[in-house]
Amino acid sequence: MARTIAVELASVTKRFGDVTAVDNTSLQLYDGEFFSLLGPSGCGKTTILRMLAGFEYPTSGSITIHGREMGHTPPYKRPVNTVFQSYALFPHMTVEQNVAFGLEMKNAPKAEIKTRVVEALEMVRLGEYGNRRPRQLSGGQQQRVALARALVNQPEVLLLDEPLAALDEKLRKEMQLELKGLQERLGITFLFVTHDQEEALTMSDRIGVMNRGHILQVGNPIEIYERPTSRFVADFIGETNFVSGTVCELHGNIAAINTAAGQTLRGLAQQGVQVGQPVTISIRPEKVFLTPISNGTPPTPPSKHMNAMPVQVERINYIGSDTRIIVRLHDGNTFDVWESNTRSTLDRDEYWQPGEAALLSWPEENALVLTE
Amino acid sequence: MAITQPTLTPEAAAPRRNWQLPVLLGPAAFWLFWFFLVPLVVILIYSFLTRSATGGVDWIFTFDNYARLLSDPIYVTILWRSVWIGGVATLICLLIAYPLALFIILQPAQWRSFYIFLVLIPFWTNMLVRTYAWMTILNNNGLINSFVTGLGGPRLTLINTEGAVLLGLVYGQLPFMVLPLYAAMDRFDFRMMEAASDLGANKWRAFLRVMLPMTAPGIAAGSVLVFILSAGNYIIPALLGGNKVTMIGNQLELWFRTAQNQPLGSAAAVLLMIMMVGGVIIYFRTTTEDDR
Repeated sequence: MARTIAVELASVTKRFGDVTAVDNTSLQLYDGEFFSLLGPSGCGKTTILRMLAGFEYPTSGSITIHGREMGHTPPYKRPVNTVFQSYALFPHMTVEQNVAFGLEMKNAPKAEIKTRVVEALEMVRLGEYGNRRPRQLSGGQQQRVALARALVNQPEVLLLDEPLAALDEKLRKEMQLELKGLQERLGITFLFVTHDQEEALTMSDRIGVMNRGHILQVGNPIEIYERPTSRFVADFIGETNFVSGTVCELHGNIAAINTAAGQTLRGLAQQGVQVGQPVTISIRPEKVFLTPISNGTPPTPPSKHMNAMPVQVERINYIGSDTRIIVRLHDGNTFDVWESNTRSTLDRDEYWQPGEAALLSWPEENALVLTE
Repeated sequence: MAITQPTLTPEAAAPRRNWQLPVLLGPAAFWLFWFFLVPLVVILIYSFLTRSATGGVDWIFTFDNYARLLSDPIYVTILWRSVWIGGVATLICLLIAYPLALFIILQPAQWRSFYIFLVLIPFWTNMLVRTYAWMTILNNNGLINSFVTGLGGPRLTLINTEGAVLLGLVYGQLPFMVLPLYAAMDRFDFRMMEAASDLGANKWRAFLRVMLPMTAPGIAAGSVLVFILSAGNYIIPALLGGNKVTMIGNQLELWFRTAQNQPLGSAAAVLLMIMMVGGVIIYFRTTTEDDR
């Protein structure tokens, strides 16, 4: 499927003095997609957004929007608009005047400005608030004004710089859905910068995970979560257990690994994994089984494609939807196991007890063998 | 998020106690009552009395003082000149101070206080001394004229002109304009300029539509200060204007000391005050509580 490229970064590097914020990065955004740049603070994601907005110019490399080179084009001549983390609403103007600002700068006819401002405020459900000042609005309302102020200009790309960070949990979840709905309705390309993985997973068509100025992996939310290609991505998105070892055998895409504790574990090998290579196995805590060992019966793995190891239950954290169990492996390391509480019971004996012996097992395709 | 942080009001932070009013307000109230309000009332009453033959006042109520001030062309001219020179000095101060404050605020944080320190240095020396210094520069045989005539140029009339008075006023009051502007710009979130630029405003339009209105409270505060200090100034027009550029301050001195006409002087003082209060009212009308 040929999709139109809305934004292209080609070998873009940005240095601030000695610090390289973005290092030889290339990225393509498709028309009409919701793309999130996800990474810890200081990873360079905001720098990419600011280079697209025109607040920073790349040290080298090229940035094009719908094929037009942006180079050193100043922000006010770019077909993009930004929703700022601080909203940056003009406090001396009413909500209406804020939203009209962009159109006025383009010298749009007065009548057109009026109708478009009304439409934009209706769109974010703030039709009644046109005459208020920003400071008279709640955080969520200010957020929506910022959104209307940007979208009223019909940008080719909307840049969103952690716009939900200042909102409380519940409002943030509402705004996530609202943003996603808006984006689908308008069909405008969204570039959303966030450090919140759940936010990125919820809203995005595709996610680019960044660390230290590099985009490590680009993919849809399922790919990013289920098939991380690096230890960093596996660790940053969701939670995971890591076990280190050395590859001793390769059968197709399944690798067998000798761990330091002398066990052999199997998992899905990333491309390029070779025998003898030191690797890390990543196993998500919800993708394993924990079965009780009763009366000292020897543990038997449920299938030959299962990895299995005897463990001891150490802590049980009941959190409602899940029970999170920390177990101790024979080599002394701990391992997280999440069990869904699919049964409803008040009987404590039905749950795990500290000190209990158990068998930890998982299908080999649930473990990923990562080289980094 | 910085915009909407709810702040604890003082009432919420500490429950009101009944000793607060007398203890906190007492000293200021005492001072203002005896040394401000009482003299003010004396002046106000004097302005409606008649001058006695001995230079004191006779307790005969009259509007004559006001009528004279507003009808005698000499006095109207002096009042008008005070407003005019005060206004021009304010405008010049603004045009110099705004770019200067902007320059200072754009410097790295550790340098800003150094520049503010430079702005304040003139305050270390007595105003009178600094004005005498200007006299030696502007005099007919002063520094500038010695230089110009030394090069064969004509002798310039610099001292005792409106220009000299304006120069002295701007020189003396500039810090009073810079400081409120600096404070207003310090409160200004420069990310607003990025937002304006993002919405299609070039630097100049972003300045006119966003920065200028948002720093307007500083402009108003500085202008009120400089205008009041300039229009009612005494030392500078006396020394740099001589008897050629008489402003209301000099005329007041004349009435109270030389001419011994306290009622007329009082009426002029009241008029001057009404004009100043008018300016302050405009300031409070054009700014909201949040701006200040």
